Amino acid sequence: MRTEVRRVAWAAALLLAAVAGGSGWAAAAEEKAAADGADWQHWHVNTDVTDVASVQRGARNFVSYCLGCHSLKYERWSRLGTDLAIPGDLLQKELLPPGDKTSDYILTTMPAADSANWFGKTPPDLTLMARARGKDYLYQLWKTYYVDPTRPTGVNNLRLPAIAMPHVLSELEGLKTAVFKDVTRTEGGQTVHEQVFDHFEQAAPGRLTAAEYDGFVRDTVNFLDYVSEPTQAARRSLGVWVVLFLLLFTWLAWMMKHEYWKDVH
Amino acid sequence: MAANSADTADAKGGLWAWINKRLPVTEFIREQLTGYYAPKNFNIWYFFGSLALVVLVLQLVTGIFLTMFYKVGETTSFDSVEYIMREVNFGWLIRYLHSTGASAFFIVVYLHMFRAFLYGSYRKPRELLWLFGMAVYLALMAEAFMGYVLPWGNMSFWGAQVIVNLFGTIPGIGPVLVEWIRGDYGIADATLNRFFALHVVAIPLGLLLLVALHLVALRRTGSNNPDGIEIKDKVGPDGKPLDGIPFHPYYTVKDVVGIAVFFILLAIIVFFVPTFGGLFLEAPNFEPANPMSTPEHIAPVWYFTPFYAILRAVPDQRMGALLMFFAVVVFLFVPWLDRSPAKSIRYKGLPSKVALTLFAVSFVVLGYLGLQPAEGLYVVLARIFAVIYFLFFILMPWYSPIGAKPVPERVVYHAH
Repeated sequence: MRTEVRRVAWAAALLLAAVAGGSGWAAAAEEKAAADGADWQHWHVNTDVTDVASVQRGARNFVSYCLGCHSLKYERWSRLGTDLAIPGDLLQKELLPPGDKTSDYILTTMPAADSANWFGKTPPDLTLMARARGKDYLYQLWKTYYVDPTRPTGVNNLRLPAIAMPHVLSELEGLKTAVFKDVTRTEGGQTVHEQVFDHFEQAAPGRLTAAEYDGFVRDTVNFLDYVSEPTQAARRSLGVWVVLFLLLFTWLAWMMKHEYWKDVH
Repeated sequence: MAANSADTADAKGGLWAWINKRLPVTEFIREQLTGYYAPKNFNIWYFFGSLALVVLVLQLVTGIFLTMFYKVGETTSFDSVEYIMREVNFGWLIRYLHSTGASAFFIVVYLHMFRAFLYGSYRKPRELLWLFGMAVYLALMAEAFMGYVLPWGNMSFWGAQVIVNLFGTIPGIGPVLVEWIRGDYGIADATLNRFFALHVVAIPLGLLLLVALHLVALRRTGSNNPDGIEIKDKVGPDGKPLDGIPFHPYYTVKDVVGIAVFFILLAIIVFFVPTFGGLFLEAPNFEPANPMSTPEHIAPVWYFTPFYAILRAVPDQRMGALLMFFAVVVFLFVPWLDRSPAKSIRYKGLPSKVALTLFAVSFVVLGYLGLQPAEGLYVVLARIFAVIYFLFFILMPWYSPIGAKPVPERVVYHAH
């Protein structure tokens, strides 16, 4: 029995090591593909919501670049301050729009009717966007804007083609052009010509380097991940204690069962 | 002056005797727990009955707390769920317990039903026990479906749209029936309100009644066991079954272990993967209901997907709905389809073993296919496995008696 348990433990440890090794190798390959964007559909943001400094920077980014159009209508300023360890006076001075109280929800001042008129649709509330679409979706969205003169905003997006939102971070990222290649394939006996995305080329520089912009987007996505479920860090840390307690309880319950069942032959 | 006999008894036995004189508490415990003899050879499959009861209580308790903060209505439902998730103390825990509990309920019930297939627990004299169990399952499906609509997310809305429209395929009354169910020309506020009433009052009451009947029927016949032998047929000189042991303390202490392990698994999901990769809480449901925007793939929650795959496997929608309905109700006939002389799979022939394995595989594969888009190879596979699913039932009267082995007199039990 005991050797069996040990064998299972070894198998589990080996499996974990294999998974960790595999993901390390995958990360290295990812980095290479990330340089020219060919592999954009496999980009993972890999953020950590317990990295408070990153979430704080994300909050700053959100207030500077997103809050003009997008609300976080289920999150209060005070909740954000408490969870991100931002002192009250700093919250008031640096983040809150003039006139807002800390007990207010985080709302944009842009009237919904106007924005619907200007962009063709009202910019969606972003509180739950990281849960609805996923963190990687948001990350890929913010990394795949490219110049497209046929669009009213002058830009298009690989993640969300025909996106209504202009590239509001272009001053940071600069502008990229997308290079497409002609692909010919046969489908159901017919030859199909297609324009397939190949890679990005930097057309105009931004204020940030590529690495800095990547960090900027990751922080912002990390913040949106936090906002989508503010309790998630507390949930995980409480869970460890609950599972430990239940393991102890199970052991005691099993001992009791074992004691009683000694009588059954 | 002599006191009357009731007064004497009260004086002698204290409060306990006073209560027992008026309510048969001791008698109930003796008859239902300490004096109820259950087969001693229960294996791991026999945990799922008591677990189903535990999940039922979990759902009722968490449901009551959710109802305190949930505000039904097409403009308030979604917001109030987020209010629970963010601003109610431990609201997120209550909500995740309830949403995970719904999936856990089906996992437990499906394993409980599979146990019945393994050991022939539906066979004579337990046909009514099986039918009450199936009624519980049907009520549970209605309960889960209506509960899923209440958060009023986009998948709630479109899922309700698809399922309610199935009633429209009934010839003649279909369109009128659909309108009557919805209370409006589309899935709307009226639908949401009535689903709330049914989810929190009507169906739970029915569920409790059916579970009570299921348990009363179980106590009448006694539990089956992995050998499929009636332990009542072999009694000792004291009139107790030789292969039976009192339910309490033996199975109460054993079930506590099962419940504890179950709670570990539940806690791992609730605290670490509450959406379970989109299987228990689907991503589109984090967007509010929007009649103008259809989710990319409308898929019900996993516990309905085997039937959903059968629905979509048929090109004609009316036939598909009929087959899906048949896929559920066919379970009701199993007690009379199984003609094997042995109840338990242990003493059944090879054809029964192969058939049950194929059925279990087809159920799981159909569940997977129901989550995928209905196109190409997926549809072909759904058709193949739907055929296997139905053949399991239709051919049962012929294959089940083949190759049965003699059943031993006494249960097989190895003491630990």
